[in-house]
Amino acid sequence: MPLVMDEGGIRRALLRIAHEIVERNRRVGDIALVGIRRRGVPIAQRLARSLLEISGREVPTGALDITLYRDDLMWHAVGPQPVLRSTEIPFSIDDRRILLVDDVLYTGRTTRAALDALIDFGRPRSIQLVVVVDRGHRELPIKADYVGKNVPTSARQSVQVKVSELDGVDEVVIGEIGEHGGHAPAAGEAAP
Amino acid sequence: MNVARDARQPAAGGQVQPAARLRSKHLLSAGDLSREEILLILDSAEAMKEVGARRIKKVPTLRGATVVNLFLEPSTRTRTSFEIAEKRLSADTLNIAGGTSSLLKGETLVDTARTLEAMAPDMVVLRHAASGACHLLAGACDARVINAGDGMHEHPTQALLDAFTIREHKTRFEGLKVAIVGDLLHSRVLRSNMLLLSALGADVWICGPRTLMLPGVERFGVRATTSLDRALEDADVVMLLRVQAERMQGHFFPSRREYFATFGLTAERLRRARPDVIVMHPGPMNRGVEIASDVADGPVSVILEQVANGVAVRMAVLYLLAGFDANEGAE
Amino acid sequence: MTMQAVVLKGGQVVDPAQGINGVVDVRIDERGRVAAVGADLPLDGAAPVEVPPGFVVCPGFIDMHVHFREPGQEHKETIASGVASAVAGGFTAAACMPNTDPVNDHVGVTEEIVRKAADAELARVYPIGAVSVGSQGERMTEIRALREAGCVGISDDGHPVADALLMRRALEYVSMFGMPVINHCEEPSLAAGCVVHEGYRATALGLRGQPGETESIMVERDVSLSGLTGGAVHVAHMSAGESLRAVRSGKERGIAVTCEVTPHHFILTDEDLRYDTNFKMNPPLRAAADRDAMLEGLADGSIDAIATDHAPHHADEKAVEFDRAPFGIIGLETAVSLSLDRLVHRDVLSMRRLVELYAPNPARILGVEGGTLKPGAAADITILAPDTEVEVAADRFRSRARNTPFDGWRLRGAVAATVVGGRVVYINETVPGAAALAWPAR
Repeated sequence: MPLVMDEGGIRRALLRIAHEIVERNRRVGDIALVGIRRRGVPIAQRLARSLLEISGREVPTGALDITLYRDDLMWHAVGPQPVLRSTEIPFSIDDRRILLVDDVLYTGRTTRAALDALIDFGRPRSIQLVVVVDRGHRELPIKADYVGKNVPTSARQSVQVKVSELDGVDEVVIGEIGEHGGHAPAAGEAAP
Repeated sequence: MNVARDARQPAAGGQVQPAARLRSKHLLSAGDLSREEILLILDSAEAMKEVGARRIKKVPTLRGATVVNLFLEPSTRTRTSFEIAEKRLSADTLNIAGGTSSLLKGETLVDTARTLEAMAPDMVVLRHAASGACHLLAGACDARVINAGDGMHEHPTQALLDAFTIREHKTRFEGLKVAIVGDLLHSRVLRSNMLLLSALGADVWICGPRTLMLPGVERFGVRATTSLDRALEDADVVMLLRVQAERMQGHFFPSRREYFATFGLTAERLRRARPDVIVMHPGPMNRGVEIASDVADGPVSVILEQVANGVAVRMAVLYLLAGFDANEGAE
Repeated sequence: MTMQAVVLKGGQVVDPAQGINGVVDVRIDERGRVAAVGADLPLDGAAPVEVPPGFVVCPGFIDMHVHFREPGQEHKETIASGVASAVAGGFTAAACMPNTDPVNDHVGVTEEIVRKAADAELARVYPIGAVSVGSQGERMTEIRALREAGCVGISDDGHPVADALLMRRALEYVSMFGMPVINHCEEPSLAAGCVVHEGYRATALGLRGQPGETESIMVERDVSLSGLTGGAVHVAHMSAGESLRAVRSGKERGIAVTCEVTPHHFILTDEDLRYDTNFKMNPPLRAAADRDAMLEGLADGSIDAIATDHAPHHADEKAVEFDRAPFGIIGLETAVSLSLDRLVHRDVLSMRRLVELYAPNPARILGVEGGTLKPGAAADITILAPDTEVEVAADRFRSRARNTPFDGWRLRGAVAATVVGGRVVYINETVPGAAALAWPAR
């Protein structure tokens, strides 16, 4: 399975993104990170630690489960209902600049669901999108503001971002669909 | 503002993991649910409870789905709870109540099912005075059927919300002494709770007058007593069942006064329970019959939490059953 | 009408009344009566009918408890469909209960039943008259008139005779006519609102249950009243072990009490209950101990008869909530196969004892002809193929109704043919060899 990014690659990419965030959001004071469950959450937490080191400010960090906003539940369900996980946004998002964090940007449907969910929580000043990998094949007009790496893929491939907090290892790999058995599409990965 | 406790700590389930899905497209009986399926519903309800704490308490999950609340026996509490749950999930809801509906005049349940079928609902939530009515409906239509109380048989979502409430307070079920007191014989809430709480590992005691004891109780794996004091001794949870005045006609007990004196829960009697005991009631309560007001309104009462949790649990059930293809077979 | 005389040759004849249990011939004369029974009977102008090996020739079976629903509820069953069902089940006669609409409490109703049964020309039908007008349990019917119109017993079946004084008077009164009072024993206050047997299954299904004592209390009463009056009491569709105890005790004291049991009560128990209204009947399916008591009573002779309590209902009437469904299941076309499979092949009782339960005993209790193949008796004959396997197929029943819990059951033992008054009225085409039993009517 071809390795796209190793542990060091991911670390450098996230550090670069943290610097870009500070650059683009001069006053870090009103930003907050919201990770999309599941792998967006540990990535958001890592970014928060980097932002603290760079700017000296604690950036509020939350977790968003977008399952209830998916557009493929009632009508295209092929398997069991996705397991619901809790959403934890322990701060008001009103008038904040929200950095939405996900591992892979693919069709854009997950991001669409996350935007809908976020807007139900309040009225942020802006929402910016952070992804570790952009693999293309967008089905909706959505674009990331910060990208760790652009990885051109075919639709028959799958991209997995693994994080040590959940997977025991930091790496990004590409596989053919069905090749690495057992990997059900995570909530953030719209099924092709 | 939006803090959802992640209650899925290992302590809550130990080694037992929640199931990945429900096996049946219907929810007819608590007895049909495995322990893993129960945990899946309770875990999903945690996430649903967080939705209920938001400013906008609505998610688009069941947008475009039609849910019929077919309440052929009067019920405000359960119907309202289901209706809120459906609305929070953005389903289109349709309420049909017995007595008021010309649709149902002189019509059999099977005919009603066929009539509904023509409107292609995705789910039917049925409350009915006859035991087994939900089984009959499930056999007669394609929609997923949720039992919202059938006769003296079962009321599975009530038992699920009771279990959810108990878990919030006690974080576990194994070894928990749950005393269920009241009109045992006629209670569908009791039957569902016995099945559900026993499956989760709780030590269930049931208590009531001998005249209202369950025939064949020994086979339910619960302990039965007519002594309220024994039932309350070191109880972690006390659950009261409604005692209806009309039961006096069947020679079940002589008067409300005598019932209250023998089985009514008072603060005094509750001292036998554990200090951190919680008191539950599925409602509606008969104050001064099965429960004294100071207990019902006191600090150990979680009765209103039960009502709030009912919405979350019903959202979870609706969500999980929605995952079935409508044409998929049960089981 | 005269018919061709025939000799049934080579069949295993089981006729308890004559003490016959062996391979002998049966000669049926031109008037449809048994002329002789014996080994190697000469033909003397009669046509020979070779009975296939293994088949059993019995006196015609009598179902002493059926509901034919006519007049009044012909959508469930008619007398014509009822007797067609009876002969397909191996019965040459059936006694039909009076809970028709109107109730058979008047000679007009009795005569209509007798006439329709005669028109059907299949099984014999013995009407049972009502004990009380409209079976309301208040005023006694004109029992003598009913008797003369053709009734062979009286009963308020469907309802118990709850009033002890009425039961006493009925027993006293019918004793003048040599008929039994057949009682559906059930204490109404204990049975009110109940649909199943009280116990674990009732509790689990949330259905109201009544205990066996609901029945046995009234059996005890009736045994006492029979002892008091000398009137013959027959306990219909007995279901509870306690009731059997009361019957046994009465018999030991020489009291004129008899009883019947249905196949479903000696086979099924409340453990079989589910939300299927084909398991709803009254009395309800009882506990395993009750079922076992019924088997014991059948074996030891304390139970006198097997009756079906054939209770047809339309499918729509049964396709409702369990609480709301009418009580009752049909049984005419399953009883004999169920009995052969569950009683004879499982060594609960002998073939001879089974025949007693189905033929001479019901005839004796009702005081009707039949129950034996003695020379001079009407040639009512049930021919069994005890080793033929059958599968119950409700959709092929001759009854108008389909409400049986036994649909799809595979059973060992079949009815091969049914003969009424020397005339072959039913041949079971699915039984190999049975076709050989057809003989010309003249």
